[in-house]
Amino acid sequence: MNDSATPMAMGPEPQEPAVSRLTRDDHARRRFLKMVGSGGAGAFALLAAAYGSTSAAAAPPPASSKSATAAAGGDLAIVNYALTLEYVEAEFYAKAIDSGIFKNTRFAKYSDVLKRFGHQENEHVVALKHVAKTLGTPAAKPTTDFSKVFAKGPAAVAGLAANVENLGAAAYLGQAPRIHSREILAAALSIHTVEARHAAALNLVVGNGITGKAAAHKAGGKPPAKYFGILPTGAFADPDTMATVLALAGQFIVKS
Amino acid sequence: MATKTELTDPELAGVEIDGVTRGAFILRGALAASAIYGTSTVGPFVSSALAAGDGGDVAILNFALTLEYLESAFYKKALGLHLSSETRQFAQTFGDDETQHVAALQKAIQSLGGKPGAKPTFSFPITDEKSFLTLAQKLEDTGVEAYNGAGPKIKSKKILAAAGSIVQIEGRHAAIIRILNGAFPAPHTFDRTANAAQVAARIAPLIKGQPPHSPPRFTG
Repeated sequence: MNDSATPMAMGPEPQEPAVSRLTRDDHARRRFLKMVGSGGAGAFALLAAAYGSTSAAAAPPPASSKSATAAAGGDLAIVNYALTLEYVEAEFYAKAIDSGIFKNTRFAKYSDVLKRFGHQENEHVVALKHVAKTLGTPAAKPTTDFSKVFAKGPAAVAGLAANVENLGAAAYLGQAPRIHSREILAAALSIHTVEARHAAALNLVVGNGITGKAAAHKAGGKPPAKYFGILPTGAFADPDTMATVLALAGQFIVKS
Repeated sequence: MATKTELTDPELAGVEIDGVTRGAFILRGALAASAIYGTSTVGPFVSSALAAGDGGDVAILNFALTLEYLESAFYKKALGLHLSSETRQFAQTFGDDETQHVAALQKAIQSLGGKPGAKPTFSFPITDEKSFLTLAQKLEDTGVEAYNGAGPKIKSKKILAAAGSIVQIEGRHAAIIRILNGAFPAPHTFDRTANAAQVAARIAPLIKGQPPHSPPRFTG
């Protein structure tokens, strides 16, 4: 929403750079807080009913009970994979905010935005955990360690935020065609584009191209491939495989 | 035209799908949208493709194509306005993306043996940067909702992958436009969906020759 007191500059005068506008949005903040406070129970009960019930209405009719079991098993693996990634993202945001690493840096003004992104990832965790429970056992919350990146300083942490979101978007895109349940696919798609929105915003913050191209490595002091290497370029986003994503995200998961 | 398999599931028929603000109901909306998404309301610009094609994925892609024609034309018009250099850069880039989406969708439709719909003539009520960015936000968010609504109905995994690759970019566009508007880039924790009827109603005022408040046309 535009702040009506400072209308968008229309002439040749220099305009507040786009990325700064990310930090001011009181109306949306109030709406956001209202939304984040809402529970997720309603839809997930519906989803659980759709997947687990004998009602023919919402559940996809399986060809045989064996194929239905296999389909559910495959979907559980995908949901747990997504859940793991969301845990990693949520943990990362929480640690970044708690660390105060952005204080007195050019990233300080984005603290609120990062908090809100973190809240959204928390909601994704809740949602995916619920979906996983309808299918079987949800993945456990991983123990994460981002200390190596934090040691490199605020620019590296900000760069990692962008990379994590770009990776998450690529991960969802990679799995969409593999999901059997139409309902779970709908859920995945609704999260996929939110990760994309986060990614684009963070790309802007750290100075990547809007699709994450090129300058990403400057932020972390390392080329993107060192972290993730999946930065969509141009008009079409690139998917990534479960194996590659887990190998990259796994750098931050402490093996128990 | 709506086929029996695409008609509203009776149990989901009553589900409200617009005006929701809770993350919970977005998924419910996705269920409803995927159940009632049909090709019944797409209007003249898709009907020729429907006549030739199999309905199904071709119809979905043709509807997406209409949106991409619209977005491509919209950004092209925007470049004729007085824009800041930063906004102009985004308008140029996003317009190029939409033009590539047009080409990709046309190719995909042809690969399925369908006929890509013709490009409509559009009319965009934008006169300056502010009006451009305001409408851009609506259009990009609509694009995300349309693709996400259609996704679960797509039969071909390959087509779904292609649609996913496009919608992710629309999500990125939407986020940047929102930032340019001083708005939060991800207003919903779970992005919403819209069905063909809803999208058609939203874009009808921008299509020349389509009366702005006419009810969606049923083609079969």
